[in-house]
Amino acid sequence: MTGYIHSFESFGTVDGPGIRYVIFLQGCPLRCQYCHNPDTWGQGGTPYTAEEVAARALKYRNYFGNNGGVTVTGGEPLVQMDFVIELFTILKRYGVHTCVDTSGITFNPESDKSVEKHEQLIKVTDLFLLDIKHIDDEACKKLTGQSNAHTLAFAKFLSERGKKMWIRQVLVPNITDGEDTLRRTRAFIQTLATVEKVEVLPYHTMGINKYEKLGIEYPLGDLAAPSKERVAYAKRVLRGESE
Amino acid sequence: MMQYKGWEGFLPGKWCNDEVDVRDFIQRNYTPYDGDASFLAPATEATKKLWDIVCELSKKEREAGGVLNADTKIVSTLTSHGAGYLDKDLETIVGLQTDEPFKRSLQPFGGIRMSEGALEMYGYKLDESVKEIFTKYRKTHNEGVFDVYTPEMRAARSAHILTGLPDAYGRGRIVGDYRRVALYGVDYLIRKKEEDKLGMSGDMTPEKVRNREEVADQIKALKALKEMAAIYGCDISEPATTAQEAIQALYFGYLAAVKDQNGAAMSIGRNTTFLDIYIQRDLDKGLITEEQAQEFIDHFVMKLRIVKFMRTKEYNELFSGDPTWVTESIGGMGVDGRSLVTKTAFRILHTLENLGPAPEPNLTVLWSKGLPVAFKRYCAEISINTSSIQYESDDLMRPEMGDDYCIACCVSCMRVGKDMQFFGARANLAKCLLYAINGGKDEIMKDKKTGKPMQVSPEFMPVLGDGPLDYKDVTEKYENMMKWLADLYVNTLNLIHYMHDKYSYEALELALHDTNVRRFFATGIAGLSCAADALSAIKYAKVYPIRNEDGIVIDYRIEGEFPKYGNDDDRADEIAVWILKTFMKLVKSHYTYRDSIPTTSILTITSNVVYGKKTGNTPDGRKAGTPLAPGANPMHGRDCNGALASLKSVAKLPYDYSRDGISNTFSITPGSLGKDD
Repeated sequence: MTGYIHSFESFGTVDGPGIRYVIFLQGCPLRCQYCHNPDTWGQGGTPYTAEEVAARALKYRNYFGNNGGVTVTGGEPLVQMDFVIELFTILKRYGVHTCVDTSGITFNPESDKSVEKHEQLIKVTDLFLLDIKHIDDEACKKLTGQSNAHTLAFAKFLSERGKKMWIRQVLVPNITDGEDTLRRTRAFIQTLATVEKVEVLPYHTMGINKYEKLGIEYPLGDLAAPSKERVAYAKRVLRGESE
Repeated sequence: MMQYKGWEGFLPGKWCNDEVDVRDFIQRNYTPYDGDASFLAPATEATKKLWDIVCELSKKEREAGGVLNADTKIVSTLTSHGAGYLDKDLETIVGLQTDEPFKRSLQPFGGIRMSEGALEMYGYKLDESVKEIFTKYRKTHNEGVFDVYTPEMRAARSAHILTGLPDAYGRGRIVGDYRRVALYGVDYLIRKKEEDKLGMSGDMTPEKVRNREEVADQIKALKALKEMAAIYGCDISEPATTAQEAIQALYFGYLAAVKDQNGAAMSIGRNTTFLDIYIQRDLDKGLITEEQAQEFIDHFVMKLRIVKFMRTKEYNELFSGDPTWVTESIGGMGVDGRSLVTKTAFRILHTLENLGPAPEPNLTVLWSKGLPVAFKRYCAEISINTSSIQYESDDLMRPEMGDDYCIACCVSCMRVGKDMQFFGARANLAKCLLYAINGGKDEIMKDKKTGKPMQVSPEFMPVLGDGPLDYKDVTEKYENMMKWLADLYVNTLNLIHYMHDKYSYEALELALHDTNVRRFFATGIAGLSCAADALSAIKYAKVYPIRNEDGIVIDYRIEGEFPKYGNDDDRADEIAVWILKTFMKLVKSHYTYRDSIPTTSILTITSNVVYGKKTGNTPDGRKAGTPLAPGANPMHGRDCNGALASLKSVAKLPYDYSRDGISNTFSITPGSLGKDD
């Protein structure tokens, strides 16, 4: 099985627990306005077999310690679902902790085939980093070009299957940081039984030069990163801590 | 009953049985500490006042253009100057290089030209009588070396394929066991040296005569050390009786070394576990408080921070600053499995909080998996807050060097008081590859007489044709060129160190070594990653040479992709390993001065920038004049698989072939090490 890879990071420390080998897969159906990896959207990437990628990752096993492992991200890694399943199947044979960083966009609860695929996936995945783009469907479509129905359904699916997840929310000023938005997201999180952690990822502008290189207009213009206080506030709300 | 008052309360052993054995003393008497940093005390008022004085002087020094005051007349010796203070009433540890703080001393034994040039650069004039003495009556190391350099050595030197050679200044890198001064007192050490000298009898071969003369000089230096302490009103003839006395005696030993030598790196050893024994004894007796213990360490470190040498601006440019390399090695594990971390390891790191961050002393943690967790956490905290700690792998060095070695300069390890080294600067192996391609003609320098490219090595067959370059052809030529370079390099160093021993012998530092010292011949390599990438490009892509009107290859056109060192890709990394092993084997095939053990290091931490300026375009696509990578680092921006992949490439370099050390400069923002919550 061939996967199309954007790049590798041998010392990932921010995508899941511990020190992780992070694999960036090419391709994404979303067009999030704040995306800092627009170079992973389209077709392309370097072809590797699942065995090759597993062999690369396994070279770093000594560094994983008690809680590290492998994370696939992208792009949207689940666009290459079969590749991820095969890769993780190999890694699980070696006892490696596996993690998927996803928007859940591939999940369709109406389709038996889709559900079955995702059933296969969660058997070889220890942790999901689930990115809720926007709790409001209209706002989500505007922000990403896609409905949030898949994401929310996938969260429910993981919860029902008892699969651990971390909920991630990119905090974009004026777009996802409104009090109402945060409270609604919190309310949704409370319906889930297996959320281990809620992460707030502050919007940043480090991806802008990639847009320039790719000749794409940057949708958010000169929007500034959120203040520390705003980030701390969002964390408190989303984690249901005292405000 | 112990022989000396200073030894009371210590567990006896081999160390006090008519021997000099500091390690044995430490092992029998130290208290490992695996607690946290909560016991530490803040800076005292005296410390703050003293540090304000230092800061004020530093400011004035900067405003004055880098040198505040310099001696132009008094040649620095152990006893050349009267006592100097920051503020006599506040200092618990005393002693300055001259009679005033920030006044740089005059140290012409390495080379009078360097002294004169450095003074002139900062607007001072060397006293005529000193100049006359050191040109007419007293030869210097520098003059000795240039008397015997061959034309080929001079050419290689001016072309900078051999670079940073210690031929005009002190070689440094020798670390006296300054703890001996505190533990034994100077009289005991003199007696042991006199015994050693008596034992050097029999046929008076030149070697034996030299050894006898050196020990005689060592004894004189020890006597001068006592006199130097007496200038400050201290008697160090007997063992130290308190922590303050121990720190003071140890510092006097070091101070004597920097009064005697303006060495490229003047490191101080491995002292915290040793000093902790004294501090703990005083604390247990109720003689001092934690505040006082910290104050002693703060004042000691403050003194190390203001060690200064008079150097030329070119020298400082080479090292990107005004470094003294006062490296102090901290922590590590004992061979018996106990950690050597004590409270004083915390105390010395805590100076970075009490006095603020600073590059000197170069606090170096000997890192081991087995170090106490609380200590590791404290190190991480201090690193995050100050970026002022250097780390080295104790687990890598301990099997060979035991548990009482220290680091000289940045990576060179030596057993304290038992090993010394002949510092050898570096051979530029990236430039060597260009010589292989051009048959030993320099790609930049022209022959002054003919105006044609300078032939530095004998004429070798250059690479012919318009390419692409053939890997086998180039590596064969490279190996031949390395053979020439290793031969020339080793012999250049043989001659330099002969002269240094003759005209600028480190009598005081070597008095604080075992007489039968083990010597290392410490060569060095620059441009490793550049050379490896260049060969990888030739092997895996197509590299076409571009020639100038003289037929010299001055640039390269690369077609296609090639693997680069720094990505955990064996194809490129194995080339780097091959270069290192090949060069080191060639170095080892030669006679090395005084039967020293050949080693090499890959450690240019700052001078890679200057070396890059002297290196033309390289086949990896690097442009002429741009920096080489520091130490064993991958070339800038070429490692694109993250930190671990990059570090793994470096870790493939076999330590057995680079025993003098491998350095990797690594910057990371705390945020990229993970999240706080």
